[in-house]
Amino acid sequence: MKVYSEISSNKLKTWIIMFLFVIFITTVIYVFSNALGYGLSLVGIGLIVSGLMSLGSYYYSDKMVLAMSGAHEIKREDHKELYNTVENLTIAGGIPLPKIYIINDNSPNAFATGRDPKHATVAVTTGLLDQLSKTELEGVISHELSHIKNFDIRLMAVVVILVGFIALVSDFFMRSLWFGGSRDNERNSSQGILVLIGIIFAILAPIAAVLIQLAVSRKREFLADASGVLLTRYPEGLATALEKIARYPHPLKNANNATAHLFISSPFKNRKGRNFLAGLFNTHPPIEERIKILRSM
Amino acid sequence: MLYAAITIAIVLLFLWLIYNNLITARLRVNEALSQIDVQLKRRADLIPNLVETVKGYAKHEKELLEKITQERAALVSAKGMAEKAEVNNQLSQTLKSIFAVAENYPDLKASQNFLELQEELSDTENKIAYSRQFYNSSVLDYNTKIQVFPNVFFARILNFKEAEFFGADKKDKEKVEVKF
Repeated sequence: MKVYSEISSNKLKTWIIMFLFVIFITTVIYVFSNALGYGLSLVGIGLIVSGLMSLGSYYYSDKMVLAMSGAHEIKREDHKELYNTVENLTIAGGIPLPKIYIINDNSPNAFATGRDPKHATVAVTTGLLDQLSKTELEGVISHELSHIKNFDIRLMAVVVILVGFIALVSDFFMRSLWFGGSRDNERNSSQGILVLIGIIFAILAPIAAVLIQLAVSRKREFLADASGVLLTRYPEGLATALEKIARYPHPLKNANNATAHLFISSPFKNRKGRNFLAGLFNTHPPIEERIKILRSM
Repeated sequence: MLYAAITIAIVLLFLWLIYNNLITARLRVNEALSQIDVQLKRRADLIPNLVETVKGYAKHEKELLEKITQERAALVSAKGMAEKAEVNNQLSQTLKSIFAVAENYPDLKASQNFLELQEELSDTENKIAYSRQFYNSSVLDYNTKIQVFPNVFFARILNFKEAEFFGADKKDKEKVEVKF
């Protein structure tokens, strides 16, 4: 069956990305320590640190992602409708009940994270709860539960931390390249190194972006839409929900390049021109296309 | 000799995979079944409370209350999928009549206890529907697996039997109307 092969391919891709990250960082550090004459001890440290980061991202990325987006956990009493909706759909899908988080933001959006169905979280914004009807909410939640069931969440969470790390560092150095310029001539040599780091990461970032594109193929959003509809048996619910989400004009406050692809719909809205990376990291298929497919089901 | 051994090894491996596949599918059906039972039990547990509450306000509805008490007992003692499904459907109908009748008793309708029970029961009704959906899709998956070639021979020999669907009657498929 399609979904089962999707699950094993997701698990494999997760390991490949964790492995590539260690290779990446170690190679970069090797190049520097050679250039600066530090020898191999620095490479050893790099190997250990990147290895720990890789493993850490496997176990703790969901907590980091939730902290980054400013989400807090809720109980049944806090929001009965949301809680019951999630509970009902997990019964229909035959998966354990995930933890439920709410993000205080008026922009309607949602994501799921975790490492497997037993350690999973669904997070929705207050805007989503306010603006969507019950059937629309069911559509969105079933889409997120499909990500959990297909092990998309594990892959996405590891991608967020590891590839996101490279993207953030390169973003940082790129900026210091433009603005830091040659303000101080005395520290020329250390600036030279910074420039070198900046250039290396500037080369790495697009590679990282391509990696995300490969890993987080647009296909999986369509797949999650389709298997979500299999739970609710009502494509129109998700279709109108996506329309409402797309129509809302303001972007999500606590979203960045690293976490953007987790969400059900790109949280940046039309503000794509933040920098060229935002465009590169845009992994979501056009919302109109998703709605069209849902309507034809 | 070597070729024979390799052939036998491949066949055994193949049978092993089929067997695990079938067992997993059957386990999933059983798990789905216990999910339904959990929800049916929850419903059965709520009904005595409902009967007590309604009795306090609407003494004239004795017949309806007796009917639902009997159906609840039938639900608890029901064996097998078909019987459970049928009794459960009857119970849904009777519950609907009770909630319709409650319209005539303003005090009952306003009672906090009754409102909570109504909410709980409608939530349980939803959950029964969802667990039935999961059960039926697991059954479909399992029944398909034991009927396709070449699994069918293996399933016959090891006595894998087709699982029963949890039926819903036509009225049940319509959207439940909640009146306030």
